[in-house]
Amino acid sequence: MEKVFGRPEALQDRVYSYCPGCTHGIVHRLVAEVIDELHVREQTIAVAPVGCAVTAYNVFNCDCQQASHGRAPAVATGIKRVLPDKVVFTYQGDGDLASIGTAEIVHAANRGEKFTVIFINNAIYGMTGGQMAPTTLPGQKTTTSPYGRDVATTGYPIKMTEMLNTLEAPLFLARVSVHDPKNVNLAKQAIRKAFDAQIQGKGFAMVEVLSTCPTNWGMTPIEALKWVETDMIPTFPLGIVRDLKEGA
Amino acid sequence: MADRVMMKGNEAIAEGAIRAGCRYFFGYPITPQNEVPEYMSKRLPKIGGTFIQAESEVSAINMVYGAAGAGARAMTSSSSPGISLKQEGISYIAGAELPCVVVNVARGGPGLGGLTPSQADYFQATKGGGHGDYHLIVFAPASVQEIIDLMYEAFVTADKYRNPVMILADGILGQMMEPVTLSEIQDLKIPAKPWATTGMTKGMPQRIINSLGLAPEDLEKINVRIQQKYQEISKNEIRYQEEQTEDADLILVAYGTSARIAKTVMIKARAQGKKVGLFRPISLWPFPTEEIQKLARAGKHFMAIEMSAGQMVEDVKLAVNGKTTVNFFGKLNGTIPTVTEVYDAVMKCFSKGGLA
Repeated sequence: MEKVFGRPEALQDRVYSYCPGCTHGIVHRLVAEVIDELHVREQTIAVAPVGCAVTAYNVFNCDCQQASHGRAPAVATGIKRVLPDKVVFTYQGDGDLASIGTAEIVHAANRGEKFTVIFINNAIYGMTGGQMAPTTLPGQKTTTSPYGRDVATTGYPIKMTEMLNTLEAPLFLARVSVHDPKNVNLAKQAIRKAFDAQIQGKGFAMVEVLSTCPTNWGMTPIEALKWVETDMIPTFPLGIVRDLKEGA
Repeated sequence: MADRVMMKGNEAIAEGAIRAGCRYFFGYPITPQNEVPEYMSKRLPKIGGTFIQAESEVSAINMVYGAAGAGARAMTSSSSPGISLKQEGISYIAGAELPCVVVNVARGGPGLGGLTPSQADYFQATKGGGHGDYHLIVFAPASVQEIIDLMYEAFVTADKYRNPVMILADGILGQMMEPVTLSEIQDLKIPAKPWATTGMTKGMPQRIINSLGLAPEDLEKINVRIQQKYQEISKNEIRYQEEQTEDADLILVAYGTSARIAKTVMIKARAQGKKVGLFRPISLWPFPTEEIQKLARAGKHFMAIEMSAGQMVEDVKLAVNGKTTVNFFGKLNGTIPTVTEVYDAVMKCFSKGGLA
């Protein structure tokens, strides 16, 4: 009998540490499927962040380095410069990449480092218990913005994909979402292109993935998926903003 | 073939590293060590290496983490305020047990301090600096030749124990020129690193580089293993130099540039009939505690000489443990002590009613 669905080889057979309804699991699977399809699992080194995905080395079935908070792009730079023929990717959240690690991501992108970044934007700090993130929406209540994010004193959500799009060097920049099956498919296509860009030795690629955090948003998983569509996407528009291969 | 050339200390740091097989350098400009990244940026691309001027000291040390974890001999260099910025990364490197070399061409502090030489980073180098129970192996050269020699030793020792090694120099050592002999390192062997994350080719088990032990029993296991390693290092890696300590009544204890001044003072004092010796720790961690203990048991008195308010002197006191006296001469203004002022301080020790 033909096997039509199974666990990607690049995913480990384990119980994950994520909350019910969190979409980290979907993104992990998409990354693993792409690694399998490109036949690069044995050549891949993942860089895990600090945050909910800190134990990503227990998820991905490949060699892994765990970086300190925000520093994954610097660690990935070190790995890729030593192993230019291998596939290197970082998997980072919004506190990690868009707050404490802004210098690292901007300069890795600006140098055109040839690795792939998967950036999970769920508008909140998940692992530490739901504090305000640089990507928190105006008015959004978190444990450190209990009256709602006040833009007068805390500013506006940072749009990392658009920010990086001001640089010359990056090859591929996209924002996707995994709140419904159609978008899951589009997300996978973008992730595949982002890995492809690296494998062909062309340059820096980042895919920002809008993701849910039902636990810290105080929502059911279904409400959370809807909130991505109704509240996050208007602030963080989806699409490929840079694809030099296609001359975009 | 050995070449005899004039070389600046900072250049010797870079050339010594290259001769030790280092091909990956990540740094950030800061005075007085700028010749190190400058030299590396010129040389490394010509020999198949990589130089990156990082966006920050923080990024530089994390690039070292990644490169060392990928199996390369990697290093960074900086000066005091920059080394402070690297401490997070250094703690992670120690926790993840990655071999690498970090060079501190120290300048005066605290804060922005000054640009001129200092030894006020001894505590930071030898007692932690970053968070958690960890140690760097710390070597302190006292000449440009010794910089060359210790750079090689640093990479070998780092690989041997999978531990970061710090070269603690000071602004004078970085900036001064001396003749050095550059010998070709024969038989440069970089050990196999099966733990490095190079890809799980052909059914290899997964390699993970991290410093996380969420479960108490896991964290304890990591810490116990690291502490056992430190004990082994303490047994094997003590380095020091003694001069005329055998008949000495007073032993000057100094490292780096201070030790050179102390040596001149020793010669001058001996000419005046005062029995003065010199003990120069080369490994600051592990510190040559037992060797100093032995001298204290033989009734020798001590005087620590540092370009600081008194940091290494604490380790000397711990070693002497009250058996004899430990005096101190410190310099706090970012200049090296003069022979005259140290000599006067030594003579005062002898004159204040004997050494005891």
